[in-house]
Amino acid sequence: MSALSDHSAGRRLEFVTALKRALLSALIAFGLFSLLIGIRTDTGPTGALVLHGRPEALAIIVGLVFVGALVRELILGERHLMPSRLLPPALLAQAKSLSRFFGLALLAFAILLPIIYSSDRYLLDLGIMILTYVMLGWGLNIVVGLAGLLDLGYVAFYAVGAYSYALLAENFGFSFWICLPLAGILASFWGILLGFPVLRLRGDYLAIVTLAFGEIIRLVLINWQSLTHGPDGITGVPRPSFFGLPFNNDTGSFADTFGLEWTPLHRIIFLYYLILVLALVTNLVTIRLRRLPIGRAWEALREDEIACRSLGINTTNTKLTAFAMGAMFAGFAGSFFATRQGFISPESFTFTESALVLAIVVLGGMGSQIGIAVAAAVMLGGFEFFREFAQYRMLIFGLAMVTIMIWRPRGLVATRTPSIFLGKEKDIDAELVRQARAKTWSWRRARHD
Amino acid sequence: MTDAAADPILTVEHLSMRFGGLVAVDDLSFSARHGDITALIGPNGAGKTTVFNCITGFYKPTVGMLRLIHADGTTYLLERLFDFRISKHARVARTFQNIRLFAGMTALENLMVAQHNPLMRASGLTFLGMLGFNSFSAAERSAVDHARYWLDRIGLLDRADDPAGALPYGAQRRLEIARAMCSDPVLLCLDEPAAGLNARESSELNELLLFIRAEHSTSILLIEHDMSVVMEISDHIVVLDYGVKIADGGPDAVRDDPRVIAAYLGVADEEIEEAHAEAGL
Repeated sequence: MSALSDHSAGRRLEFVTALKRALLSALIAFGLFSLLIGIRTDTGPTGALVLHGRPEALAIIVGLVFVGALVRELILGERHLMPSRLLPPALLAQAKSLSRFFGLALLAFAILLPIIYSSDRYLLDLGIMILTYVMLGWGLNIVVGLAGLLDLGYVAFYAVGAYSYALLAENFGFSFWICLPLAGILASFWGILLGFPVLRLRGDYLAIVTLAFGEIIRLVLINWQSLTHGPDGITGVPRPSFFGLPFNNDTGSFADTFGLEWTPLHRIIFLYYLILVLALVTNLVTIRLRRLPIGRAWEALREDEIACRSLGINTTNTKLTAFAMGAMFAGFAGSFFATRQGFISPESFTFTESALVLAIVVLGGMGSQIGIAVAAAVMLGGFEFFREFAQYRMLIFGLAMVTIMIWRPRGLVATRTPSIFLGKEKDIDAELVRQARAKTWSWRRARHD
Repeated sequence: MTDAAADPILTVEHLSMRFGGLVAVDDLSFSARHGDITALIGPNGAGKTTVFNCITGFYKPTVGMLRLIHADGTTYLLERLFDFRISKHARVARTFQNIRLFAGMTALENLMVAQHNPLMRASGLTFLGMLGFNSFSAAERSAVDHARYWLDRIGLLDRADDPAGALPYGAQRRLEIARAMCSDPVLLCLDEPAAGLNARESSELNELLLFIRAEHSTSILLIEHDMSVVMEISDHIVVLDYGVKIADGGPDAVRDDPRVIAAYLGVADEEIEEAHAEAGL
């Protein structure tokens, strides 16, 4: 009897605590939103601004926060919102084998997509865009995920690749297939150039300098009118040919040679497979490099630079090769972008692009190839999906980012696969792996302190 | 034993290190013999780690000469080599007071990273390795064998595929020593290897260090507070206090040296009064 009353007393106490916390949350929400939502400025009849209150909107928001906080407290209490608590452990244990299967399924889908949806131009264009970002994400992953160098100006190398192709084609009439490697080489050259001044920097400081570098490249492209045509951009960038056979309706074209009926979709499908191959090359090279001494040196550099130096690793070369490799793939992707668009301008290479690619890498789980591919598809697919709700798009995007970072602070794939094994293959929990930041700061650990 | 000048691997001459107005190491000279375990001891803040950082290239000494002599007679002036070159060319390896393993990489990977330079050569600066040349595969297999040997030695063979950060503290200490040994050093510098170890782990550490001295042509320079380690395995001890060398010799000689006892235990009150009287206070 007494145990029962103890129990109910405990429940009551729990409820009171939850109520208190929910009230506190509501109070904070009231403080935050009283100016943001509670008051609105409008243009008055005389043209001056007038203020009027919106108490009902404020009340709705505060009420929602109160109810949400109360429900959360009652259901979860002191426990944190963790996927491991929401998903059955058996499923999590299977995640590894599932993810391998999932990767193969994803690859098969990517290869078959143009065959299944061969007449859906919108979907193919979306696929091309997603694959471009997958490739950029995999390229940036070498710098950020493996070497641990936080690079906020990655779009600069993308721009170098795109302009390399456009300018070489415009001035010297080089074809796409000659320009592709040249664009990669030029971009990696710029990667090394950026690498030198930032050799001593790490974490936040490195991020600031790379951010500035990205902006410098963009401003040079805008202001060097005589070479780049400034903000007008470069029009008429040559379209790719199928190894010399152009995609048009003339004799000697791709369709003519293979006896097909001409449609503009041929080129789209070709571009799709081109970027798929480029992205897969990026992936294979990264996977291979991880198992070579240089890849291990990159990861060791991310973990502890001082220990690397004490083991005789040339940290200068190691950093520069990471920058160069990452930049090279951005250069390839850039020249693909130029040939696909047929028109490039500095508009396409703003900081937002760098941020988007970095978000893909972080969201995917730094260092995880499959995670990055999924993150790119989810983010860009999500952008398209919410296109109708234009004004709420960024809101939903922000909300999704916050949710994922609370649920999976280490990204979608929060494990690291070691590069070599003595025995059976097994993954490492990313809690132990350092991330590209000034300090290792773990959300979970910080909450327990 | 005290005649360290014969057959030295490392001679430190007139080493001084100043940080602004602070003199961390003041005109220190000593030498370490080939194949010996030389211990550098002293109270906290005596400048031991500063000496280590000068030897391993993390600091550039203000004054002084650090000469490293390989068995074949090749001499390296460590104060002129810098950064990673000391490990790569002069083959001086070190461990750290606060363990610096690659926590997110497995024990095996840690030992593979330590063999970076020979593997990098074998992979033809990545290009041959990228194309899967046989010469690289062979080099990698032998590197794995080398790592396996050391993992076996430190008793971590069954945990080779576990992340270094998840190993127990004592195992991390041993792994850091194994990692330093994998870089094939002639001189191994250990900064407080027994810190935080219990008695059993300490004696295991002693065994490991004696094994390294006996089986590998590696001399050891050691900073340590744990006297059971220092007195048991050292051939030669150098005592520092406030950046100055106060004693230098075999374990027994150092143990009985009054200046060492004074530095560690302090001096009696009368002596301080005497000193004050001399200074006219």
